[in-house]
Amino acid sequence: MSKGFFTDTTLCIGCKACEVACKQWNQLPADGYEFSGNSYDNTMALGATTWRHVAFIEQTAPPEAPPSLNKWLMMSDVCKHCTHAGCMEACPTGAIVRNEFDDVYIQPDVCNGCGYCVPSCPFGVVDLISHADYTEGRHFESDGRTHDDATQTTGGIAGKCTLCYDRQKVGFIPACAKACPTESIQFGDVAELHERAKKRVETLAERGVDSYLYGVDSGASTGNLNAFFLLTEAPGAYNLPERPVLPSTHQRAGYTSAALAAAALTAIGFAIFRRA
Amino acid sequence: MPGLGTSFGRGGATTYVQDLRNADCILIEGSNFAECHPVAFRFVMMAKERGAKIIHVDPRFTRTSALADIYAPIRSGTDIVFLGALISWMIENERYFREYVVAYTNASFLVGEAFGDTEDLDGLFSGFNDVPPGHSGDHDRGSMGMMGKDDNAHGPAPGTYTTDSWQFEMEDVPRADGDGTVKKPKRDETLQHPRCVINVLRRHFARYTPELVEDVCGTPRESFLEIANALADNSTRERTTAFAYAVGWTQHTVGVQYIRTASILQMLLGNMGRPGGGIMALRGHANIQGATDIPTLYDSLPGYLPMPSALREEQTLAEYLKNATKPTGWWANTPKYVISLLKAYYGDAATAENDYAFEYLPQISGDHSALPTQVLMKDGGVKGYFVIGQNPASSGLNAELARAALERLEWMVVVDGYETETAAFWQREGADPSKIGTELFFLPSAVILEKEGTMVNTNRLLQFHDKAVEPAGDARSDLYLFHQLGLRLKALYEKSTDPKDRGIGLLTWDYTSDDEHERAKGEPSVRRVLQEINGYLVKPGEPMTECEQVPGFAALKDDGSTACGCWIYSGVAPDKATNRARSRRGDDIASLDWGFAWPANRRMLYNRASADPDGKPWSERKKYIYWDEAAGKWMGPDVPDFPVDKSPHAQAQPGASGIDAHSGSDPFIMQVDGRAQLFVAGALKDGPLPAHYEPLESVVRNPVYKQHNNPTLREWDRDDNRYNAPESPDFPYVLTTYRLTEHSGIMTRYVPWLAELQPALFAEIDPELAVQKHVRNGDWVTIVTKLGEIEARALVSGRMRPLRLGKGRRVHQVGIPYNYGTLGHATGDTVGQLIPLAMDPNVSIHEAKTITCTIRAGRRSTYAAATDIVDRDVPSDQRTTTGESHPHGRDNGAV
Repeated sequence: MSKGFFTDTTLCIGCKACEVACKQWNQLPADGYEFSGNSYDNTMALGATTWRHVAFIEQTAPPEAPPSLNKWLMMSDVCKHCTHAGCMEACPTGAIVRNEFDDVYIQPDVCNGCGYCVPSCPFGVVDLISHADYTEGRHFESDGRTHDDATQTTGGIAGKCTLCYDRQKVGFIPACAKACPTESIQFGDVAELHERAKKRVETLAERGVDSYLYGVDSGASTGNLNAFFLLTEAPGAYNLPERPVLPSTHQRAGYTSAALAAAALTAIGFAIFRRA
Repeated sequence: MPGLGTSFGRGGATTYVQDLRNADCILIEGSNFAECHPVAFRFVMMAKERGAKIIHVDPRFTRTSALADIYAPIRSGTDIVFLGALISWMIENERYFREYVVAYTNASFLVGEAFGDTEDLDGLFSGFNDVPPGHSGDHDRGSMGMMGKDDNAHGPAPGTYTTDSWQFEMEDVPRADGDGTVKKPKRDETLQHPRCVINVLRRHFARYTPELVEDVCGTPRESFLEIANALADNSTRERTTAFAYAVGWTQHTVGVQYIRTASILQMLLGNMGRPGGGIMALRGHANIQGATDIPTLYDSLPGYLPMPSALREEQTLAEYLKNATKPTGWWANTPKYVISLLKAYYGDAATAENDYAFEYLPQISGDHSALPTQVLMKDGGVKGYFVIGQNPASSGLNAELARAALERLEWMVVVDGYETETAAFWQREGADPSKIGTELFFLPSAVILEKEGTMVNTNRLLQFHDKAVEPAGDARSDLYLFHQLGLRLKALYEKSTDPKDRGIGLLTWDYTSDDEHERAKGEPSVRRVLQEINGYLVKPGEPMTECEQVPGFAALKDDGSTACGCWIYSGVAPDKATNRARSRRGDDIASLDWGFAWPANRRMLYNRASADPDGKPWSERKKYIYWDEAAGKWMGPDVPDFPVDKSPHAQAQPGASGIDAHSGSDPFIMQVDGRAQLFVAGALKDGPLPAHYEPLESVVRNPVYKQHNNPTLREWDRDDNRYNAPESPDFPYVLTTYRLTEHSGIMTRYVPWLAELQPALFAEIDPELAVQKHVRNGDWVTIVTKLGEIEARALVSGRMRPLRLGKGRRVHQVGIPYNYGTLGHATGDTVGQLIPLAMDPNVSIHEAKTITCTIRAGRRSTYAAATDIVDRDVPSDQRTTTGESHPHGRDNGAV
């Protein structure tokens, strides 16, 4: 049974409780105190120590236009837990696995910090945790309590959302879903979430709101996303890829060309050196 | 608070946030609900999912606006025009709920002939006592020398209203007991008489049209009409509309009148006391409701009883009770609450013979609220200061004055979980510690989960929280401080023979903890405090804490047999084993078993009005409290806000006391006449009806009246409190302040996970203004008022929009959050440095939501433009002897 997230952006109020709940549960450090100037988004992106990130996209109307035409999209971004995960394919040590909940999980005690997963994620989710942030205790205040081995505790390795593997194992829902006051983040059985989400798209359509599901039956090479979204604008508006591509998809063409080139060169070489 | 109190009877939210899910339409104004009350906002979202229309009116397009169906911009400080125009529109287009209005409000009452409206008097009401020219303070007023809220004893004070002409025309009505007549307001139930309240209202707001809204508020006419229709369509027998507001409405020099305007509108729409209706006053801090209930207000005793005042004729208990008690309505019970309170304070030392020790209660002698006290402190008039969970050096108005004031103290005690800017005032930029004589004590306090106790939230709900962890080191609860102070003061005063010291010695102070560990730390018993608040059935000679607890305030007596620390909370701990504040059984309706709400666990106030005069619900869809003839009582999912067995057809008993004087269809039991007050006959200082006045600092002359500002607003005209003149070309932009979801103040600025979300002070600027001022997004920008300047990062956004006002004026509004200070991981200048002290006359609330400013690109060059002024002594002829403010007075536009 696959467990995942349905994030309905039409219910998001941009409160960032999800970001804070995730950081608190996983005892992740703050990423720095830089003013970004990017609307109300100062954390800017998912990364090694930011596993929920709320994006703010302003679509404002000119001052003379009817005021209700203003829009401000708010979306809680997270690791997509792809059914065909680029990071997992790239991982040479087998640190990245699909766990019993069908979620993509980096085993922190196996990961050697090679970083191959980083460019392999079409969504730019996973990253390497800087040693300095942990060893120097930068931006980091913890109460000293530790969780079990599911938590990131050292620098140098890759980090991303675990879909609260440790919480799921004891029957709790993920911290972000628990904290979300409007249930924009919904956790559950992916098949059941799909049903709910499809109904939601219909309900919104009846109200005159155009929406669609990102990461469900799209035909993309990443497959269905176990953490999928309901969006009201094109993916690009949210800085999501229009059509995410699994890097290994390109590899077939590459390997084929390489094999053909090898065969061709072998044939040519054979032809040239046969006389000798 | 008095906006709701004078209108309906109690100064508190009239409903509970969960009920918002039942609304068909929600107007959010003077509030940034989704950002400042995100958890309660869930219920707005639930309403929206059920098809409700969500409307947000605000100077900025915020995270709340993003979720609203209708957003309308408004110039900060003009909501009375907006709401007044809605009132006018409802009356003119006959879209108000007539049956409700006639039966449940004072619409039909006749206003006395002597009443003069703002339409007749250039923006003043009748009875204004002018401020003589050259009058700059109140220190020249007689031997008492002080201006208080009730000055009848010393003649009318300048800049106030004498409210005699605001009364109703009375007639003699035969008493129910046949013993003569009693005076009652004359009525015209046909609503034809030109002086009946609804017609006075109509005339008063006649010029408040959609066109005026466009001219004054800058709100497009189409938006106004869309909102008017949405409200009218959703305020009927079948549908209800709720209002939600917060400090965007209250923090103005006409703040109380803002609430009055909203109250009048909701009365006309017939939404009060009905499910999905009401006025949800969203109180801010987790315990701010508790802080006014118990209270920390200088002018009130627990449960909103008035503090005795030296300015009124009330040196004896009898005189005090005469002034405080109303003959009809629930407040007829006042003596029971006062005497029970005195018994709680003084125990066996309070007897009928000594007026229950009334003489030992302190008496106020003026306005001792925060702002005047701050000014007095600056002038050297305050010796000592306890600052507990408050940070005036950072979040205070005229923050530089607040900081300089701290240097004048002999001693200060700061109790907080963090070293705040207030505790660190002597280290601030520009301070010279060698010149500061203040002796500073910093006591670390336990934070929320390190102590047990109650909090009272905006639902008037008491919720008890347990202690989860030990506080670190020497940190103690706030209750420890007062418990220990009390014990030690009692010991010090024990031997004193000075009569004025006797009161301290006589106080009951039995809060010793039963828990050995807590006792060893000096911590008191929270349980005992709560039980005393609930009240006891006392017996002379028996320790109060051994006595039985009262079941609720209905059991309180005025004969000394009961003691009660706060009558409105009575019932929370009805016996030794029960703490209703701790119960946690919720349901999908009123959750009566989750916590304890005052009064008497009622969740929705005035709920009698959810049924028609015959006791039947206005509709099945909006059924809440209703009369069950067979059972002979009121039924429903909530505690009825009405005597449970009083028939809807009960006749009013003229001349009877208490609520027997009301009929069975008078839902507003706290009011003298049982009706909601469209017209308030004299209890408010600035008018029986709201009128639009410009804020103290404004970019335009009042377009509605010749009288520019609220004539009774209070201000301080002195060098260290300069404010921008109206329509000043040097300060042409409106500046509004607000708070962010991510922060409160020092508490959150030290949390890395919150600090990184909003790490720096920023100012929201519209793109047009940014271009004019050569400011790019992310650049430093300096915001300047006459009081000082601060710097912030520019956040240029189309969510801010310039407004088009009348006469072709184009006005820019700049927004800046209030959450920053110099300490923490996320830091920034303090916005309070820009805001001069000015207050509304009723509750002394400050004006923080609308000032004027200019901006320039680049960082600030100085710390505060007027630093040298603030650090220098204010000339003695500008000081008042009490820090007292003075009234603004008549202002016909001369600069």
